[in-house]
Amino acid sequence: MTALAEAPQKPAGVPPKVRFKRNWDKRLSFIATHAIGIALGVIFMLPLLFVFLTAVMKSDQAMTASLWPSEWHFENFVTVFKKAPLLKYFGNSLLYSALATAGALLSAIPAAYGLAKLRWRGQNLFFMLTVAAMLLPPQVTIVPLYDLWVRMGLTGTLVPLIVPYFFFDAFSIFLLRQFFLTIPKDYLEAAKIDGCNEFQAMVRVLIPMAKPGIAATAMFCFLFTWNDYFGPLLYTGENQDHWPLSLAIASFRGMHHVEWNMTMAATALIMAPVIVLFVFAQKSFVKGITFTGVKG
Amino acid sequence: MTSTAVPIRTDGSPSAPGKARAGARRAKRRRTVFFFMAPASLGFLIFFGYPLIATVYYSFTRYDLINPPVFIGFDNYVRMFTTEPLVGTAAYNTLWLVVVLTVCRVVFSLGIASVISRLKSGVGLVRTLCYLPTLAPPAAATLAFVFVFNPEFGPVNRFLRLVGIDGGLWFNSPAMSKPALTLLALWGSGELMIIILAALLDVPTEQYEAAELDGAGSVRKFWHVTLPSISPVLLFGVVNSIIYALQFFTQAIVASSASAGTADVAGNSKLIGAPQNSTLTYPIWLYVQGFRYFNMGYAAAMAVLLFIVSAGFTWILVRQLRKSQHQEEGA
Repeated sequence: MTALAEAPQKPAGVPPKVRFKRNWDKRLSFIATHAIGIALGVIFMLPLLFVFLTAVMKSDQAMTASLWPSEWHFENFVTVFKKAPLLKYFGNSLLYSALATAGALLSAIPAAYGLAKLRWRGQNLFFMLTVAAMLLPPQVTIVPLYDLWVRMGLTGTLVPLIVPYFFFDAFSIFLLRQFFLTIPKDYLEAAKIDGCNEFQAMVRVLIPMAKPGIAATAMFCFLFTWNDYFGPLLYTGENQDHWPLSLAIASFRGMHHVEWNMTMAATALIMAPVIVLFVFAQKSFVKGITFTGVKG
Repeated sequence: MTSTAVPIRTDGSPSAPGKARAGARRAKRRRTVFFFMAPASLGFLIFFGYPLIATVYYSFTRYDLINPPVFIGFDNYVRMFTTEPLVGTAAYNTLWLVVVLTVCRVVFSLGIASVISRLKSGVGLVRTLCYLPTLAPPAAATLAFVFVFNPEFGPVNRFLRLVGIDGGLWFNSPAMSKPALTLLALWGSGELMIIILAALLDVPTEQYEAAELDGAGSVRKFWHVTLPSISPVLLFGVVNSIIYALQFFTQAIVASSASAGTADVAGNSKLIGAPQNSTLTYPIWLYVQGFRYFNMGYAAAMAVLLFIVSAGFTWILVRQLRKSQHQEEGA
């Protein structure tokens, strides 16, 4: 404590020349870190920029080493819809992501409430099993699950991908629980004194208060399902009618393997919704990520 | 738990009506918990508990989805460790990723986070730019990288040629395909970067000031102040990256077929692992065995092994999470 109190006086004791040098050091490191920072930002954006620039090139220019389009063909983004039924794939993706997200919220909110705000035996065990389910590779359980859906005759559709979200989505439960823990119990207790039961307390008090957390969870779930590749490959692999975009895009290159501009236009189109979502909801993303880290 | 709910009488025992009321309250409590937890518990049992156990059963059988499973004892495991050569290749590739990708991912994220944490302005912007690629769908990001790292006309090799370096074949050569995949993974490691950044910004400035007064330079400050206080987060990053590498699937499978030029991932399995099985990861081989060759029993045996390895790391991570939670609750 005393050392801290002395700290402000210390520079006064430093000879002027040293202080001058120190200022220079500070300025230099300021410039260096900001230069690195800017460079980092640029490097991270470059691949996305290349995707976009190639997407608007003529197809023969996309096969050369040129980086800048000599002519800008924005109509490529339209042409690509004629080359492949992207709209159908887009619809499938939207169906999968929207239903899965709705299902995940519906099932995970009460479960997360039960984990964060109720006290019961086996609570810790359930939480740990949820975390385990979240972390283990999906391939670990896939053989019996696939078998299950085959016997129900539902492979080749999006049903096996969506239905589980209406019961149990480990990541949503985990993330929502972390958010719910930050909401003081007093509010819920006050509601209960006013005559609410647990369910009413959850719906009328906790959910409105946890809206940012619920929004973040919804976005992560949407993003995960939008980006999912393994699930659709497994269940809709043979049935092209139910392919989501992520699967279609990977095969798109095969169907039009010479046309890099078309491939990149399609790539840009599948990235676009995600980027738009992020731009509008940056803060919840960052908050959600730090919640998934050790900063429980 | 119940002692607070039951009114304690002066004569030492709750009266009969009090007991009944407490019992009713407990039953109501149990009903409440059941109401909140039933759907998730059911889902857990059907979609996680049951398949986890059933995988072990299937791993001792020969099963092709059409004919009923035939019990064959340890044959799948024996085959895995002795006669089948590609499972070794797949395990090696995954192990390579576990080691290299984990080290690179943690060091890289820490490096970027510490640069960003030092910025006086524009923290939000740089953080956003570095995080954004994480969101790109892996299949699309992989396609973008296969293009950017194209040996002939890709921007990366073009740039390298400009500075006089002969760029590699990247996704088209067995030696360079895994490093190229690692670069792709680093491009998308913004999540870990944000977690580390949050931890860095949380290190109390007094500690730095105290170290400064003791005459510590920036390197010593990093070693003696920064690293110890963010070590739980770094451990989280390491285990998280190992789990990430163990599951490495989409990027490898898309890159192998996209770089070969005739990608039809959902239909053609000949290209999987190209070039020369250098991108054949363990989960991919499990998928091919189970869902292309319909060796479900063999795939289940591979899954059991994957489970044992990842369960170990998962256990470390869960323990770490609980520890940090206890600290938070105690604070």
